[in-house]
Amino acid sequence: MKLEANGPTAVGTNVEKSPSPLSIMWRELVHDRLALGSLIVLTIILLIVYGASLFLDQEEIVKVDFLAIHSPPSAEHWLGTDYGGRDVFGQLIIGARNSFTIGLAITLITGVIGLIVGLVAGYFGGWVDNIIMRIIDFILVLPFLMLVIVFVAIVPKYNVLTFILIMSAFLWTGKARLIRAKTLAERELDYVSASKTLGTPDWKIILFQILPNLSSIIIVNLTLNLAGNIGIESGLTYLGFGLPESTPSLGTLVSYATNPDVLQNKWWVWLPASLLILVMMLCINFIGQALKRAADARQRLS
Amino acid sequence: MLKFILRRILIMIPQLFLLSVLIFLLAKAMPGDALTGQLAANPKMDPQTLEEMKEKLGLNDPVHIQYIRWVKNMLHGDLGLSYTHQQPVTDLLAGRVGNTVLLSAAILILTYLIAIPLGIVSGRWTDTWADKLIVGYSYIGYATPLFIFALIMLFIFGFHLGWFPTGGSVDIQVEEGTLAYYLSKLNHLMLPALSGALINTVVTIQYLRSEIIDTKVKDFVKTARAKGVPERHIYWRHILRNSFLPIAAFLGYEITGLIGGSVFLESIYSYPGLGQLFLQSIMQRDYSVVTALVMISGVATLVGTLLSDIILSAVDPRIRIE
Repeated sequence: MKLEANGPTAVGTNVEKSPSPLSIMWRELVHDRLALGSLIVLTIILLIVYGASLFLDQEEIVKVDFLAIHSPPSAEHWLGTDYGGRDVFGQLIIGARNSFTIGLAITLITGVIGLIVGLVAGYFGGWVDNIIMRIIDFILVLPFLMLVIVFVAIVPKYNVLTFILIMSAFLWTGKARLIRAKTLAERELDYVSASKTLGTPDWKIILFQILPNLSSIIIVNLTLNLAGNIGIESGLTYLGFGLPESTPSLGTLVSYATNPDVLQNKWWVWLPASLLILVMMLCINFIGQALKRAADARQRLS
Repeated sequence: MLKFILRRILIMIPQLFLLSVLIFLLAKAMPGDALTGQLAANPKMDPQTLEEMKEKLGLNDPVHIQYIRWVKNMLHGDLGLSYTHQQPVTDLLAGRVGNTVLLSAAILILTYLIAIPLGIVSGRWTDTWADKLIVGYSYIGYATPLFIFALIMLFIFGFHLGWFPTGGSVDIQVEEGTLAYYLSKLNHLMLPALSGALINTVVTIQYLRSEIIDTKVKDFVKTARAKGVPERHIYWRHILRNSFLPIAAFLGYEITGLIGGSVFLESIYSYPGLGQLFLQSIMQRDYSVVTALVMISGVATLVGTLLSDIILSAVDPRIRIE
């Protein structure tokens, strides 16, 4: 008994505890000036957007005012008005809030589904894995964009929630495949076999042993996906098959540019929203790239 | 190899079947069927004739019989009737498919013309200013949504500078078959193709760069260098030969992206292809056209993935083991 108690501590005093994935990620993020700058810019944008949207009334902003159609930027309307005399700046704030929130919701939902499916398929393998992978392979070869548009067009009582569900139904597959591949590799490692020999139940091994080892990959994947989802959402809304008109998104403002006159002469309607999408996606991507380097020890800068 | 190809094709059959079932069910869920088109032409039809028409069109048959008939018709090239255009869907698509194929081919050619030199420069001279610029471009290209980039391109080069036409696929005045006709077509093609290509290059650049960086430290390259092979030959004959084949094989995987991209590009540049037809049809609730287009895109994606898988496995035998 005494030997057992002494053994690990004697070694333990010499070995420094390895830093947690989160602290490695933080260090990498701070070390990379571009990523740090992106984080600051993104935080400021989100603070302004969510802060200002508390004071703005969505109903008030989407109300039509025919006396102020397409007026250029002025003191009253900072970014002018659109074809219905609605304040563009207000729509920009509300739109950015909606786009970001919905992008985040899709990312989280697909993340949870992908995580569960991937862990189960990768850990148990066999026929479970086989069936799940065939389903994933099938969904991955579907013409995603066209099918989403068809679903949006034919679903009765279409609203924001249905949009999130339709998108999620397609987008969980990539994550599930990634997590499955990583779980498959992790499963073969000695610590899992050791745990199994000791009689640890499967769910405990999955949740408390494998999952923590996948955390950095999951965080990286979710970050990069968040940017992608904001892009897909605003793109679909641009085409007219994203968020319903009662919930303006950044894509709604950009979609006014389908009118050549607006595109050519009324830049204040569509350009700010386009640039905001661009800046948000760039920031999230730069952060994601830094996190990706942090997850791979060979590429770290710090 | 033959075994792999056979097995890969076998996997595709259930996928094709599921795809057709899914689209058939979607088509059934869409408001409107083959009858709606007839009704639009003749709204004052009495219930009796309506019922007879339904019987004749087989709309009263059980679902699986309708499905089999639908598949059979499709295999015979009969995709139904478009009721907004009042002509067979097959004819309608035939008039448009050329433009979309042309646009996709132009995007692919431009993508490779831009991506391959940039990828080589970036991988060969890592950490130079040129490499940093190219990596910066690929980061920005990766993050930029196609529709925003295309809109900004149209705004700058189409409207502001007026270098390119802002819509259509060809001028109306020019006569078909003349040199002016082809030049006009090319002129209309440039801006959408360039917008698509500049976003599309990113994957190839990043792939080529990391391939070259990985390969150039390998032993066979060191051996070649030690034997005094000129640097230019090392790159062309030893390093790049291995990296080019997979790039060619990725072509099939690109189809999904090209189909999605064509929907955005054709709508922004009002380019009369299949993507624009798809959006118009779904807005006009012309669902027989929608169904046909989704089915064609699905089959194209499936076949593209199949071809890429087979080519890749021929190039790299490690992939064959599954």
